[in-house]
Amino acid sequence: MSVTVRIPTQLRTLTGGSGEVDVEGSTVGDVLKALDAAHPGFGGRLFDDAGGLRRFVNVFLADEDVRFLDGLGTAVQDGQTLSIVPAVAGG
Amino acid sequence: MDFVSGLRCRECGRAYPAEALHVCDYCFGPLEVTYDYERIAATVTRERIAAGPRTIWRYADLLPVVDPHPVDLGAGFTPLVRADRLAAELGLGELWIKDDTANPTGSFKDRVVSVALTKARQLGFKVAACASTGNLANSVAAHAARAGMESVVLIPSNLEKAKVTMTAVYGGRVIAVEGSYDDVNRLCAELTSEHPSWAFVNVNVRTYYAEGSKTLAFEVAEQLGWQTPDHVVVPIASGSQLTKVAKGFEELATVGLVEGGHTVRISGAQAAGCSPVATAFADGSDVIRPVKPSTIAKSLAIGNPADGWYALEAIRKSGGSCASVTDDEVLEGMKLLARTEGIFAETAGGVTIATLAKLAAQGIVRSDERVVALVTGHGLKTVEALTDTVGPLATIPPTLDAFDAVVDLDIEHNTTAPRSTS
Repeated sequence: MSVTVRIPTQLRTLTGGSGEVDVEGSTVGDVLKALDAAHPGFGGRLFDDAGGLRRFVNVFLADEDVRFLDGLGTAVQDGQTLSIVPAVAGG
Repeated sequence: MDFVSGLRCRECGRAYPAEALHVCDYCFGPLEVTYDYERIAATVTRERIAAGPRTIWRYADLLPVVDPHPVDLGAGFTPLVRADRLAAELGLGELWIKDDTANPTGSFKDRVVSVALTKARQLGFKVAACASTGNLANSVAAHAARAGMESVVLIPSNLEKAKVTMTAVYGGRVIAVEGSYDDVNRLCAELTSEHPSWAFVNVNVRTYYAEGSKTLAFEVAEQLGWQTPDHVVVPIASGSQLTKVAKGFEELATVGLVEGGHTVRISGAQAAGCSPVATAFADGSDVIRPVKPSTIAKSLAIGNPADGWYALEAIRKSGGSCASVTDDEVLEGMKLLARTEGIFAETAGGVTIATLAKLAAQGIVRSDERVVALVTGHGLKTVEALTDTVGPLATIPPTLDAFDAVVDLDIEHNTTAPRSTS
């Protein structure tokens, strides 16, 4: 599955400034690992020591928070958009 | 000249310059304004504050931006009202209401927006933007108009009518988004990356914005004769306000404006239909699980609270509590405050008062404590919440007979004696 990952400003230094990157994967976790393989550095920024998403990282698949789906195990479909968004916003 | 020494990540401690940054590039933790407290302590005095304006800007020494002409509609220095009738109903002793309905656009958001846009203007921004549950929308649109800035305000499309009108009247761009506040917030967080030249008050200038809530603590202490209360009840949406109220009380002791060593217990109030922080507190958990909100308290309907974890930490550290109340209890809370103290609060105020009542009944808020409840928004903003609940006693033709038939002539004997003014 090819998925478009939207990159926040804070991580665009890892993508040469690009705000969108297309990567392959069958789950949200796979896609983020593929992103790290293509642009080394993402893994350390997104995941904690236990391999889960950091507390202040939100990930949305087709605009839905993956914590309301199956988290990193959520299956992705071809052509979907995955957004990485800093959690500290709003209120 | 401000006393800001920079920004620092609350999670990993990395330092950043005082620019339009809100999260750490490395761990995404929130950035916090740091100050040179020794220099503040050497400068600030109660007299210097008393000589300042009757707004939040009297506390400029403890704010993240200093400007001789801030973006200002007169936010802050709202009444702290002794609430004896309400206290009697709840079995409490000394109770005060911090009446932030008296702010220029009717909510505490004027405090944070005045700070945020003053800093944004200093940083060179020309456009003010935000994601809002309504109160912030009102305030950003008004302050942007005051400052001659453009505004772009994003709100959920199901907001109360008054809040939409009270935003659109100022002439900015109001965008209603089909979705919840959390959807709007996510959209704004993404828009911030695409429009870095816009000041999203609760995204890229959030670090400064949030500091404005400290003024609630400063005012409460000053209005109590430079003493801190024993217990404060604060509503929780993102958790930012509660976290900053705690920081405000701590700073007063740090710079010597109040005596140290007195911990202010801080308790949080949520609506049952959106209570991720109260749930974590009840479970003894460190994990805030996001929820899909369903409550009439729309200004508190943030299912994924950015500062939820820090609010929880502040509550636990202070020995406070956190509870949630049903929508029916919210309406009762609004009516109780209006009936006993003459203050008409929005639904969020109903959440605060109903939670105060609950915690008082449980003995958590105690009758031997000096208690302050924060009422943060005006009832006219959410008037439809009550339109089916309160109304005229009767509708009559304009005749004496018709009046006599519906009005209890013993009304004077049914009221309590006038309150002493001593």
